[in-house]
Amino acid sequence: MEKEIIETSLGINRRRFLSRLSLGLGSVALGSLLIPDLFRGSAEDEAASIMSGLPHFAPKAKRVIYLFQNGAPSQLESFDFKPKLREMVGQDLPESVRMGQRLTGMTSGQKHFPLAGSIYDFKQYGQSQAWISELFPHTAKVVDDICIIKSMYTEAINHDPALTFFQTGAQQGNRPSFGSWMSYGLGSENKNLPAFCVLLSRGKGNGQGVYSKLWSNGFLDSIHQGVQFSSGESPVLYLNDHSGIDKTTRRKMLDKLAEMNDISYKEFGDPEIQTKIQQYEMAYRMQTAMPDITDVSKEPDDIVKMYGPDCLLPGTYAANCLLARKLSESGVRFVQLYHQGWDQHDNLPKEIVGQTKDVDQPSAALITDLKQRGLLDETLVIWGGEFGRTNYSQGKLTKTNYGRDHHPRCFSIWMAGGGVKSGIVHGETDDFGYNIIKDPVHVHDFHATCLHLLGLNHEKLTFKSQGRRYRLTDLSGKVVNGIIA
Amino acid sequence: MVRFKTFGVIFILFTAIIFFSQSCEHKNSAALPETVSYNFDVRPILSDKCYACHGPDANKRQAGLRLDIPEVAYKTLKDNPNAHVLVPGSPEQSELYIRISSKDTSEIMPPPSCGLTLTEPQIEILKKWISQGAKYEKHWAFSPPKQVALPQVSDQKWVKNEIDYFILNKLDQKGLKPNEEADKERLLKRICLDITGLPPSIELMDKFLNDASPNAYEKTVDELLQNPAYGEKMAVHWMDIARYADSHGYQDDNYRSQWPWRDWVIHAFNNNLPYDQFITWQLAGDLIPNATKEQLLATGFNRNHKITEEGGVIEEEYRVEYVTDRTNTFGRALIGVTLECAHCHDHKYDPFSQKEYYQMYAFFNSVQERGLESTVGGPETYAKRPMIQIKNEDVKGVLSFVNKQDTDKLIVSVMGDSNKMRPTYILNRGAYDQHGDSVEPSTPKAILALNNYPKNRFGLAEWLFDKNNPLTARVFINQLWQEVFGRGIVKTASDFGMQGELPSHPDLLDWLSVDFMNHGWDIKYMMKKMLMSATYRQSAVASTEKIKADPENIFLSRGPRFRVQAEFVRDIVLSSSGLLVKKIGGPSVKIYQPPGLWEAATSGRGILTEYKQDHGDSLYRRGLYTFIKRTLAPPSMMIFDASNRDQCEVKRSRTNTPLQALIMLNDPTVMEASRVLAEKILAEKISDEEKIIKAFRLIVCRKPSDKEIKILKDYYSDQLETFKTNKQNAEKVLSVGEYPLSPKTDKVTAAAMMQVITTIYNLEETITKS
Repeated sequence: MEKEIIETSLGINRRRFLSRLSLGLGSVALGSLLIPDLFRGSAEDEAASIMSGLPHFAPKAKRVIYLFQNGAPSQLESFDFKPKLREMVGQDLPESVRMGQRLTGMTSGQKHFPLAGSIYDFKQYGQSQAWISELFPHTAKVVDDICIIKSMYTEAINHDPALTFFQTGAQQGNRPSFGSWMSYGLGSENKNLPAFCVLLSRGKGNGQGVYSKLWSNGFLDSIHQGVQFSSGESPVLYLNDHSGIDKTTRRKMLDKLAEMNDISYKEFGDPEIQTKIQQYEMAYRMQTAMPDITDVSKEPDDIVKMYGPDCLLPGTYAANCLLARKLSESGVRFVQLYHQGWDQHDNLPKEIVGQTKDVDQPSAALITDLKQRGLLDETLVIWGGEFGRTNYSQGKLTKTNYGRDHHPRCFSIWMAGGGVKSGIVHGETDDFGYNIIKDPVHVHDFHATCLHLLGLNHEKLTFKSQGRRYRLTDLSGKVVNGIIA
Repeated sequence: MVRFKTFGVIFILFTAIIFFSQSCEHKNSAALPETVSYNFDVRPILSDKCYACHGPDANKRQAGLRLDIPEVAYKTLKDNPNAHVLVPGSPEQSELYIRISSKDTSEIMPPPSCGLTLTEPQIEILKKWISQGAKYEKHWAFSPPKQVALPQVSDQKWVKNEIDYFILNKLDQKGLKPNEEADKERLLKRICLDITGLPPSIELMDKFLNDASPNAYEKTVDELLQNPAYGEKMAVHWMDIARYADSHGYQDDNYRSQWPWRDWVIHAFNNNLPYDQFITWQLAGDLIPNATKEQLLATGFNRNHKITEEGGVIEEEYRVEYVTDRTNTFGRALIGVTLECAHCHDHKYDPFSQKEYYQMYAFFNSVQERGLESTVGGPETYAKRPMIQIKNEDVKGVLSFVNKQDTDKLIVSVMGDSNKMRPTYILNRGAYDQHGDSVEPSTPKAILALNNYPKNRFGLAEWLFDKNNPLTARVFINQLWQEVFGRGIVKTASDFGMQGELPSHPDLLDWLSVDFMNHGWDIKYMMKKMLMSATYRQSAVASTEKIKADPENIFLSRGPRFRVQAEFVRDIVLSSSGLLVKKIGGPSVKIYQPPGLWEAATSGRGILTEYKQDHGDSLYRRGLYTFIKRTLAPPSMMIFDASNRDQCEVKRSRTNTPLQALIMLNDPTVMEASRVLAEKILAEKISDEEKIIKAFRLIVCRKPSDKEIKILKDYYSDQLETFKTNKQNAEKVLSVGEYPLSPKTDKVTAAAMMQVITTIYNLEETITKS
């Protein structure tokens, strides 16, 4: 009697686990268990995750669409209106406000920190009378459907660690991404599609790049990796058959293949061979299902109008928003968008116009579209960047031009649908837009809350690697009850 | 409504699961071990369920109780002097047993709030352990490997070398019988893949099949070990360990020219540089008296980590990150412990304090480097100081193995310390700017004290190869075993600590480790030892009974069978088609890749913003030469579980996914190989059947069965018909890849044969070591 037997009692091998279930339960139950399983690989530890009882409680949201604004959009030109900065324009940021905040290498050499108010106007909208800048007219129209959080804060002050922190819960290290955790915890709803899809676009503003580690599975099985879509002819890599190979030809090959693989299975008895046969079938189903989902040509005019004409141009943010809706509607658990170009260290007033033009209309359209389809209630939509921007100008401040450096202490994001309170503003910052004075929300809190909405307890969704049980929220994080409907 | 329905189903499922797991536990509790072993039975439970609050981490310790040290655990309880945690011999009087078996939720341990629970059999084991005297043992991995005698076995005739005694002894205990030897064809493919990473040629297959001499197998193993492809095969694992890549990482992720270090690794394996030197040069080549340029180049190992080029970072934050990476890599790769867990606090499971972490860190903290040496720029930024320049005369002399093809300046990042040691502080909570007490270089006492070795990286290397170091040999032997058998003797190859898995064959691991040391850390000797064993040579056929008794093949009652790694999937395809360009080393190459991936994700700075695919020979190089841009590693590799080289990786996962199927069906590399091989085979003056057999042999490395031949022949006829009626499609299919199409090729037959060959490439067996 060695340790292995104890092991077996704790975590039954996945394959045997499934085969036991198929014996013990009717086909209905087996089918629904297999759905999350289809996109899984063959790691042995999976069973443990299924067995621990996921989701932990009734979820409010089933799916996530995360509109990541990569490069960090300025909160001071979007959702955090600070008239005081206009009054004090050009004056130095008082040390009593800065309180030793560390600065990036880009402004740490600056002798002065001249306060810069937004040159764009703000108005109040909706039931919460939220202030929204004139750069976001479409978002203003859906203000009653969203929850603006003005009190987000983070620990990182540079792009790479800050992005990594938002996407994986740690600034460094190869941890699984948010979407990978979802895929691991909840599986896929659609047996023909991956659970976690990634769509990239870029604006004309100063860009900072994205990296595949942001959608990496880390120490989870690589089946939970985000599948990066490309804007080319084949949105899913390697999905399209080469020209000259039609469906019948492909089907015939797969039939021969299955027949021959089955000979191998009979000889070796290795269950991996069976899995392989199934995975080829799955690939084929994906080939069949995907073109319909990615084809936007059949979308009616009112939808195209709603997202804006760019939505017909593959690879634009608008097209990705529309695609996100279609993927999500088809059961993709986590659709992650990245829109680059928000890093306005200089020329902010000019560059930010281009960025907001790219994203304002399609983001709002996504909300409206999901709502009219009755999907907003079960889809959590998130809009935001990796940190905020300084209230003082980086470089020269003039009447019409300024730049803003990175600012971790406060920034604004919004969330909608999926059990989030709509039409509210959460948190407040001081008159300088520099420090939070009410209801701070840390990145870990944000993750804990998202997981909560998905029916997952962030302290219990764990994976053991290198001898330690890891969580998306690392060692902290509190659910922000104030924004839960 | 939908939601409720799903819920109902899930509820039923979990009820079922609970039922299954309970029935399972019940069965096991009947089979408690005769003598409960602390190391193998008890400690895993305590470590996993109790140490987080009652273990080595002083800051998280509850009630002043630690269960990892016997002196403390035998004492009376701090808040109840009448109660003892452990009373050897009487569980009923032991607070530990009372608390874990309590039904009272305010008393029970672990407390419900922490989310951990003990199962019935676990409670029973702890009870029996206390009954038998609650004896502690030192953690197995922290005592030097023992010289062990070969155990008794049931069948001397089966045994081919020492390994087999240990394996068969365990099989005897488990009531399992070994498989018979695999057939010659499968055996040959197996050793070719394990030694060279390439499939055998038809000539080699015929030669081996026709060689009836008793030492035919050994001769082939010896020959393969002399093949330079061996170094390439071995380098792949080491590149994962060393997180080698062709870009700097972080957000801009521009180019770096570190590949000469990789050429050195190949050279070192081929020269069979003993493991102690292999490591010493990489760790401390710069500190060896009169170091050669080769030894300096080897130290590139510790500079392969990511380096930022993001303007505006706080330099010290990143410099600390680099030192941390080296420290953690050392821990995982060379001594198989999770040192990194003590980066922010005392280790929660293993006896390493945070202070000891920073003592290890101190070895790597004096490098003359900067957190941000330069932002994205020209060739002068492709390596970061300290660096060496590889000149053309070096390549003619001591660095003859560096495949430098041009006269451009070639720079490589290497190690080099400042004359004055940089002071090292404990960093509170691991934060770069939170200095605590200062520390000097030293090693964790629980493993082995540094004693009188110099307090620098050279001393650290000497410490590593001290004959009393309990981990160095075991960790590397385990990595070799993992490469060959697919699973380490210790499954968690980078964690030999308390939370790691226990060895399946502890005595075998010790025996091999001692043997390795006694044979001068000779890597080829060890490889050969494993490949010569009867254990390795078994057929991989898994009977239903064996799958049931040992689904993971932990006890090796059958030969190893698993899908090859990403690089070798590529190698099999290129080699069998004849496309492979067998050049060793040189700059990494950019293979076929779907368009737009780099472009969509770049910061726009540097020379890697656009993917400029290579042409000609560069398209047909072995997998290990594929260009790795860290922020967007090649998808055809990543989908087959390759490392993105973000961090040291000791063990890859092994998945089986639909995306892999799509790659094998549609990646131009596979399709082009099919086309080229089809053309080549069609040009031979042999029958259709012989053509199909030849293609099959080249790719699967065995002769097809009659049934297989028939399926493929029928398929060929069918495809001939298909393409005859649609010649345009034939032309389209053939248009894949840049390798020129011979004008003499008949398009219909070529397209049909290409389909047959693509099918063979897609067989599960093709990319499986079987």
